[in-house]
Amino acid sequence: MRKLWIVFFLLAFTSVEAQDFLDKAQINGSFQIDGQFYRPDDALGITDSIIGGRKLGLNGFGNITYTLGKFSAGMRYEAFLTPLAGFDPLQEGNGFPYLWASYQTDFVGVTVGNFYEQFGNGLILRSYEEWTLGYDNSINGMRVILRPSAGITIKGVYGTQRYFWQKYENGNRGIVRGLDAEVDLNQTIKGWESAPVRVLVGASGVSKYQKDNDPLYNLPENVGAWAGRVNLSAGKFNFATEYAYKINDPSALNNFIYREGQAVLSSLSYSQPGLGVVLQLKRVDNFSYKSDRRVNGNAVDINFIPPINRVHSYSLAARYPYATQPNGEMGLQFQLNYKIPKGSALGGKYGTGIAVNFSQVNDIVRNPVNDTTLVNTSGTLGYTSDFFKVSDSVFFRDFNIEIEKKINSKWKAVIQYMNLHYDIATIEGHAGEPAVKAHIGVLDLTHKFTSRKSLRMELQGLFTEQDEGDWAAAMLEYSIAPRWFFNVADQYNYGHPEADKRNHYYTVSMGYLKESTRVALTYGRQSEGVVCVGGVCRQVPASSGLTITISTNF
Amino acid sequence: MRTSIFALFALLLFYSVGSLAQSDIPQVTIKTLDGKPFSTSEITNNGKPVILSFWALWCKPCQKELDAFNENYADWQEETGVKIYAVSIDDSRSTARVMPMVNGKAWEFEVLLDPNSDLKRAMNVNMIPHTFLLDGEGKIVSQHTAYFEGAEFELYEKVKKIAGIE
Repeated sequence: MRKLWIVFFLLAFTSVEAQDFLDKAQINGSFQIDGQFYRPDDALGITDSIIGGRKLGLNGFGNITYTLGKFSAGMRYEAFLTPLAGFDPLQEGNGFPYLWASYQTDFVGVTVGNFYEQFGNGLILRSYEEWTLGYDNSINGMRVILRPSAGITIKGVYGTQRYFWQKYENGNRGIVRGLDAEVDLNQTIKGWESAPVRVLVGASGVSKYQKDNDPLYNLPENVGAWAGRVNLSAGKFNFATEYAYKINDPSALNNFIYREGQAVLSSLSYSQPGLGVVLQLKRVDNFSYKSDRRVNGNAVDINFIPPINRVHSYSLAARYPYATQPNGEMGLQFQLNYKIPKGSALGGKYGTGIAVNFSQVNDIVRNPVNDTTLVNTSGTLGYTSDFFKVSDSVFFRDFNIEIEKKINSKWKAVIQYMNLHYDIATIEGHAGEPAVKAHIGVLDLTHKFTSRKSLRMELQGLFTEQDEGDWAAAMLEYSIAPRWFFNVADQYNYGHPEADKRNHYYTVSMGYLKESTRVALTYGRQSEGVVCVGGVCRQVPASSGLTITISTNF
Repeated sequence: MRTSIFALFALLLFYSVGSLAQSDIPQVTIKTLDGKPFSTSEITNNGKPVILSFWALWCKPCQKELDAFNENYADWQEETGVKIYAVSIDDSRSTARVMPMVNGKAWEFEVLLDPNSDLKRAMNVNMIPHTFLLDGEGKIVSQHTAYFEGAEFELYEKVKKIAGIE
């Protein structure tokens, strides 16, 4: 009820006449329903008893935003009854997890209720939401944004984070408070307006409060973190870096060690029309930061540590996705994009696009704090670590090349090769399994029949001796732009070490689109795997059945 | 509480339909490619149409759509004066790669960053690619999701209509 009062209060505050309230208002929103009807499938080992009573999974939401001048308010209704296979069982439920009202001018912005916010790269604070993963760590509280003069932004937030449907009460999880300031020096320092170097600096601090009820340890009830960042750009060069520090924060995720945490993220890029190069470096050391120290899974994260490897779009290339190891990792990434110009021997009539990408992530080196304590022992400082030392243990390595070519007015092609090293034991928690070393190839061809009708073909192969062995995939998609598509696909695990698991994962789909409404139906099998969006991943079990997705936007 | 909130919104929705003003782009501060704040109120084109398209590095169809726009952009601009803004919803894991990739592809339109999906949320975008067409006054006149080969021509027909060329 309190929230409703706030909405009314703010509506009243904008002091508009009743007529304006209706006439000059704008309302927009969106709806989506993802439903899956599951059926038993002996070949995949899915029996009636595994499905249990949950033959039908339905995830749906409706989002409505009301705007009237400087005032806006919105809500999102969600219903997971029951959640789709692979979603956290805690997701089951329905209600309004997202309710907010806000007032914005050029100088000030105030939001009450639920909101999403990010300081810098998110190293010490980021709340966001990913529907496809069922991830939502929105903050329920207040936010104030001030812009005292051109080029200066100050943000302050406080509140509690969403933990599925569990209401915050009696300190059952922590409280989050944060402050961030960002200054564009070129706009604020006199005489710098047209300087050749553009400089942006920012600093932030976050503190979480969670009562210590631990019978064993004396835990910090206020855990502070701070971060500083710089962004320099000069002509074709751009350099950005952010450093973050956190005091000791023993938690279930770091095995209750009292070590402080650090994280650094840097990038340097050069680009000009037709050419782009970027190098990124990162180091993470004991940097998980959650508003509930007891939570182990993907929830109530205060911060976000971005993985910096490339996110792949083709299914087999995306089969082994990397997820950040918040307890420690060191990584680098390099990417080159080049467009061979039109009219040259290699560029042909339309030019040719080339992208080369390399990334590698290793563990950090951990040394015992003294002779008698094992590394990472609960209740101790955990370990010491040399900032610049890289461990020999490779979590992930991906080298890939992609070539895009428009051959003529009828044909387009994308070819990709990828070489992968994936520490499945660490990343997916399959203890004892050897790292997956794979070669992956993709060919994506589009043939245009008329200006609106086209056929797309995808052929993919994944070749490895480890895990489930070799895969081949083929896909055909016929589309009549902009309304219809029909798609048949098969993924065949022909190299599975156990002959009876060499399954075909076939699907047949079709979809209809009109304006922003999309209806899609898929029948078939989904292979077991990991779905990742923005660095957070979700295990998806094998399933078989019918999937329907309806979404619209107005 | 839930019922009352729902009732409030249902009421708003009911009374607004019909008398509803056409939507502007919501005012949100996002970022330019080099990390500077950018207010969406700056998305204007002197009374000419604007195409606003949401995309990301991991979204192949998005890039195909933008490639298709880019191929035609010079002609489209000459004929209708249309301006294209491509908003990347890549988060901090890949924002640093956006500029090199945009330049690497030699895209000629303006690209903006929405690293925490603030504009995406404000415009109720769920799946990408999601493309909006704005008229000369900045009002949203049409939108579509997904991209299939050739869909750019249908969009361009609408652009021409707004620009008064047929």
